[in-house]
Amino acid sequence: MSYDIINHEYDVVVVGAGGSGLRAAVGLSEAGLKTACISKVFPTRSHTAAAQGGISAALGNMCEDDWRWHMYDTVKGADWLGDQDAIEFLCKEAPQAVIELEKYGVPFSRTEEGKIYQRPFGGMTKNYGNGVVQRTCAAADRTGHAILHTLYGQALKRDTEFFIEYFALDLLMENGKCHGLIAWNFQDGTMHRFRAKMVILATGGYGRAYFSATSAHTCTGDGGGMVLRAGLPLQDMEFVQFHPTGIYGAGCLITEGSRGEGGFLVNSEGERFMERYAPSAKDLASRDVVSRSMTIEINEGRGVGKNKDHIFLHLNHLDAKILKERLPGISESAKVFAGVDVTKEPIPVLPTVHYNMGGIPTNYFGEVLTKTSDGSEQIVEGLMAVGEAACVSVHGANRLGSNSLIDLVVFGKAAAVRAAQVVKPNSSHETISESETQKCLDRFDKLRNADGSTSTATLRDKMQKTMQSKCAVFRTDKTLKEGLEEIQKPWEGLSDISVKDRSMIFNTDLIETLEFDNLIRQAQVTVASAENRKESRGAHSREDFKERNDEEWMKHTLAWHKDGKVKLDYRDVHNFTLSNDVQYFPPKARVY
Amino acid sequence: MVQFNLPKNSEVTKGKYYKSESSSTNLKKVNVYRWNPDDGNNPRIDTYEIDMDNCGPMVLDVLIKIKNEIDSTLTFRRSCREGICGSCAMNIDGSNTLACTKSAKEVNGEINIYPLPHMSVVKDLVPNMKKMYEQYKSIEPWMQSNKPANGSESLQTIEDRSKLDGLYECILCACCATSCPSYWWNGDKYLGPAVLLQAYRWIIDSRDEERKKRLKKVADELKLFRCHTIMNCTNACPKGLNPAKAIGSIKKMLITEKAD
Repeated sequence: MSYDIINHEYDVVVVGAGGSGLRAAVGLSEAGLKTACISKVFPTRSHTAAAQGGISAALGNMCEDDWRWHMYDTVKGADWLGDQDAIEFLCKEAPQAVIELEKYGVPFSRTEEGKIYQRPFGGMTKNYGNGVVQRTCAAADRTGHAILHTLYGQALKRDTEFFIEYFALDLLMENGKCHGLIAWNFQDGTMHRFRAKMVILATGGYGRAYFSATSAHTCTGDGGGMVLRAGLPLQDMEFVQFHPTGIYGAGCLITEGSRGEGGFLVNSEGERFMERYAPSAKDLASRDVVSRSMTIEINEGRGVGKNKDHIFLHLNHLDAKILKERLPGISESAKVFAGVDVTKEPIPVLPTVHYNMGGIPTNYFGEVLTKTSDGSEQIVEGLMAVGEAACVSVHGANRLGSNSLIDLVVFGKAAAVRAAQVVKPNSSHETISESETQKCLDRFDKLRNADGSTSTATLRDKMQKTMQSKCAVFRTDKTLKEGLEEIQKPWEGLSDISVKDRSMIFNTDLIETLEFDNLIRQAQVTVASAENRKESRGAHSREDFKERNDEEWMKHTLAWHKDGKVKLDYRDVHNFTLSNDVQYFPPKARVY
Repeated sequence: MVQFNLPKNSEVTKGKYYKSESSSTNLKKVNVYRWNPDDGNNPRIDTYEIDMDNCGPMVLDVLIKIKNEIDSTLTFRRSCREGICGSCAMNIDGSNTLACTKSAKEVNGEINIYPLPHMSVVKDLVPNMKKMYEQYKSIEPWMQSNKPANGSESLQTIEDRSKLDGLYECILCACCATSCPSYWWNGDKYLGPAVLLQAYRWIIDSRDEERKKRLKKVADELKLFRCHTIMNCTNACPKGLNPAKAIGSIKKMLITEKAD
């Protein structure tokens, strides 16, 4: 079957219109580059909208603060797997990035002096780990929503060209260089080729590889899938963050800000158990620590509820006025999804998949990296990645809460600045062979007409349940080996998949299938990377290798995917900073 | 008396009936509007029997169960499933709301699910939202101020900031606009409650310096004054916001502030 192609030429094409994609698009439009922003959902539907608690920056509005302290916390939160040059860049740029958002119009909550309100958050400390700092800038508990809508407004102001409800299918690669991509407009059923001098992937995480995730249904890691199909590696995919407080059952997020404002976790014995696991930070230890502690409590029989399989989050001791002012969104979520009045009862919660520290490897400019066959590191020309889709890596083995929103805007902007340096606005587009386009259309057409016997939903369910049971908070050689075997089945199932809807218009049956194709590759890569890493670090916790092993494993995992097989290699962790403003923080024991 | 007839191609026919094989006593009939742009047929109502003992609590869970287990061609938008992205707005049990926060149990008897009313339908439960998005852009939803983007933050008192509460939380789901009879008839010119709520969000922001210009821009017989205070918008809003009040506030400002 042949498809008529509508051709476009742009200097830069941004794929994804969440926080990082929009911030990049705003910068690119400002730089005068001809920019297209493609998204499978209308921008304000992107998952950035669901970020609640806030955005970190050492503004020092509430107490003394220093971006170096923020950097130290991020390095420690990352369990030393983060690249410290990139982390320095993030934390140093953060205050200005937040001020810029404020000037853009983000309705931040305010202090008595009229400054941006900042709240305590997990792992955020003063003076290199000595006491709690208030660093997380908040717009009540709807910070992501407020930022996303504001950034969309800024993109409108600059007349950024949007292509909404377009599904990006594959990158057009030739000789290791990216030349654009193919996207399907599922509103009107047309097929589009975007030629671009730079493609910026801002496609978010792949939380939906798991059964229970705070992630939206649309978090299917489409950029990661495209990158794997282009023969490029993903980095540190074994590091999957479980947020301590997803609502039991529904999986909806309850912000860490709820503990920042004074909430605490309690087991079936009424004990504030975090005091045992993290004597100093307690409920504000970093997320991997809290999620593990909760899981241990449940495993040792101290869970709450009929099946003793979850934990209670208490906010009912907090002033009702504070709850109304600072945590109105989660108060509503708790009511709707758990039937709980937070002023009176605790919220039933459970560690729930939330964030992918891993992703498309980039440097701190956002340029995508790969490793050549001779082992040298190389920039992939014409391709950048930002946001959760990318692995810069600033979050290393575990991200601190509120470091994600700041990552979006700092690196979204950095990518735009870099693209403006690299891309020549008036140069002509290189032509590439039609075979790349055809390859992409063949895959599309095959899936569109797939008439096998297994539904996409069945295969997806198999994948999600495997990930949930074999690659969760605690991992062992046994579970991971079983996981490796079991995750092959939904992958092999692709050859017998069934798509019932043949339409080109709003064919969500096909969209879910294309998304599954992206998810399953990343699921495989995740289990393989996890099985391979024989240590415990950050969110990757092995019961058979309980300690961090810097000698052997202070390195990034790189994973390629080909025909259902995963190939692994490594990259050095950057053990240097960007400038002399701060010294490298050498690894030490991670205690909260 | 004038008789209004629907055009032939918009008469809704009876569609397929999907009987549940489960022996559960907790079956619920779900009637869903279906329309496929490809086949040239009239819209139809398909009925699905759903075993509610094996289904999540929300109407979105019901739709996903249908799509996963019974009919994968059923088409609807959804994303966050927690009422913050605004994708799954539709007409459920006669009211516009979000499928993800609407409890199926709250609906007495059969659940009737239609797309948002008075929008053109792309497919099944997916309405075409383009017009509303254009109107949203027309109110210039961005900060207009001469202060440079760098330097230090603009200060805003807690009181001034609190004026944005009940406004900035809008998720642009269009439940309000598509429940407004005025918007039904004049949707091409009347901005409607969602967009006017956002217009007011910027008018009332103490940091914005173009209040007069913004007021003048919406001070129009059709754009603003097609609001007849019917209040359907406020009743419909799944986020508990009050667009009618915001529109009233704009009207009041126009009288008291005399935008030149």
